[in-house]
Amino acid sequence: MSDTRTAVGRLGARVLAGITSAGDFLLLGGETARALLRPRFPLRDALVQFDAIAVRSTPIVVITAIFTGMVLALQTAFALTRFGAKPYVGSIVGLSIVRELGPVLAALMVGGRVGAGIASELGSMAVTEQVDAIRAMGADPAQKLALPRVIATTLGLPLLTFFAIVLGVGGGMLVADLQFSIAPGFYRQTVISSVEMGDFFSGVLKTVFFGWWIGMVGVFVGLRTTGGTAGVGRATTQAVVISSIGVLISDFFLTKLFMLVPAERWLERVLEVLR
Amino acid sequence: MTEHAASEAERSQRGSAIELRGVTKSFHGKPVLRGVDLVIAAGETTVILGGSGSGKSVCMKHMIGLLRADAGEVRVFGRDVTRLSESGWVVVRRDFGMVFQSAALFDSLSVHENVAYPIREHERWEEARIDERVAWCLAAVGLVGAEKLLPAELSGGMRKRVGVARAIALGPKIILYDEPTTGLDPANSRRIAELIQRLQRELGATSVVVTHDLELAFSIADRVALLKDGRIALEGPAAALRGGEHPALREFIEGVELLPVAVGALGDRNSKAKEGPNG
Repeated sequence: MSDTRTAVGRLGARVLAGITSAGDFLLLGGETARALLRPRFPLRDALVQFDAIAVRSTPIVVITAIFTGMVLALQTAFALTRFGAKPYVGSIVGLSIVRELGPVLAALMVGGRVGAGIASELGSMAVTEQVDAIRAMGADPAQKLALPRVIATTLGLPLLTFFAIVLGVGGGMLVADLQFSIAPGFYRQTVISSVEMGDFFSGVLKTVFFGWWIGMVGVFVGLRTTGGTAGVGRATTQAVVISSIGVLISDFFLTKLFMLVPAERWLERVLEVLR
Repeated sequence: MTEHAASEAERSQRGSAIELRGVTKSFHGKPVLRGVDLVIAAGETTVILGGSGSGKSVCMKHMIGLLRADAGEVRVFGRDVTRLSESGWVVVRRDFGMVFQSAALFDSLSVHENVAYPIREHERWEEARIDERVAWCLAAVGLVGAEKLLPAELSGGMRKRVGVARAIALGPKIILYDEPTTGLDPANSRRIAELIQRLQRELGATSVVVTHDLELAFSIADRVALLKDGRIALEGPAAALRGGEHPALREFIEGVELLPVAVGALGDRNSKAKEGPNG
């Protein structure tokens, strides 16, 4: 009986801790958004972070995209040849990369590299009291630390995804040409005729959310780090796991959402509001 | 009227810089502060003594709003800041300088940029004026010409002094020192103690020092408070407490002295062991 009660108590405590963490995450999200509207936007820090986060992630995203496009073309053409449907390689590779693989793989690669980097950097700052020092000097960690990083990931990931899509489709074209003798011109034609603007927007718009999520998770986990260097190690792993799982789960729901209301409709709404 | 009564009257006239009333704080259900009552008079150096894990630093972090009290009240220059928002604290913290236990210098910034940080945060000064102020602060802590160095290039004592320079950059009314001599050798500890005293004289600020270093405490303190079991067990003028007659202070001193005694005993044993084979 008492064992059951302890187990239930422990479960309850975990649920409560989870809810509290979710609340804290949303509060930090709100503070970061408010920091964006405040005067003295940390432009220099944001540019430094954009370089560290987006520009320096280019090689890893480029390699991932090219080889994914190549292997996808290889597998697709291999399978389609059995049904005499080889000419459709361009359509399938194009749609898969534009709608799904480009955005998700770019997000996972950036989430691994950048999420870990942000969490370990801010985690080290937290355990050496540097975050407290920022607050003690009357500065706001949400503006100084969170905002530049979240801005960099939110704007950087869609750009990286764009490269990933172009290079992934290009990688597919290379394999289709060299291995399966599908002429590049024909391949390009099939891609263009089957991939619509809506597919492209749905893919790239998802990464705006993924980018925000990866940045926020890295910052949130990093700022909450306690327990010295061991704590920094834990925070780093946690950031990568949470950001990757979040990307995969949210991907399903965002895809579903963009099927119900197409991405370009959302874009039009946003442009209208901005106007 | 005794001298003691006279100084008490003088204190109440100056007013309080910081007041903690019944402040409690728990972490993960474990109480650390169980109702701290402490008044820090303006213009004085108050040392809060306590053993490791007694909650001294936690107590100090409540004074500058880095931690929020679960219950109780915190006042800074008479203003209730207990439930102040983070943006409200930004204004209050303009009057504070804090020296962290680990110095907490920003690794990626030079010494100059570290010291200039609070100035850039609060003021719109021209670069020349900032440079001048940074040079003055570094001179005050005996680090002339260290502007271009990075924190990684500094020794522990130098890092602490840069931390002090950063804390005084805006001429604060209150300076908080969290374990200023921890991890320093005796010569550097003495230098920090002298620095705290000198800054106190020159800036006329209120200083609060959290430490377990008794020598430091009684060399710089106007008043001493002892934190024990999450409460202030004892508070009074340093001159009156110096003898260590009070039972709570006696207990703390004996607890602190346990370690040197043990080390001493170990030293004796080692020296005997060394003597053994020869003798």
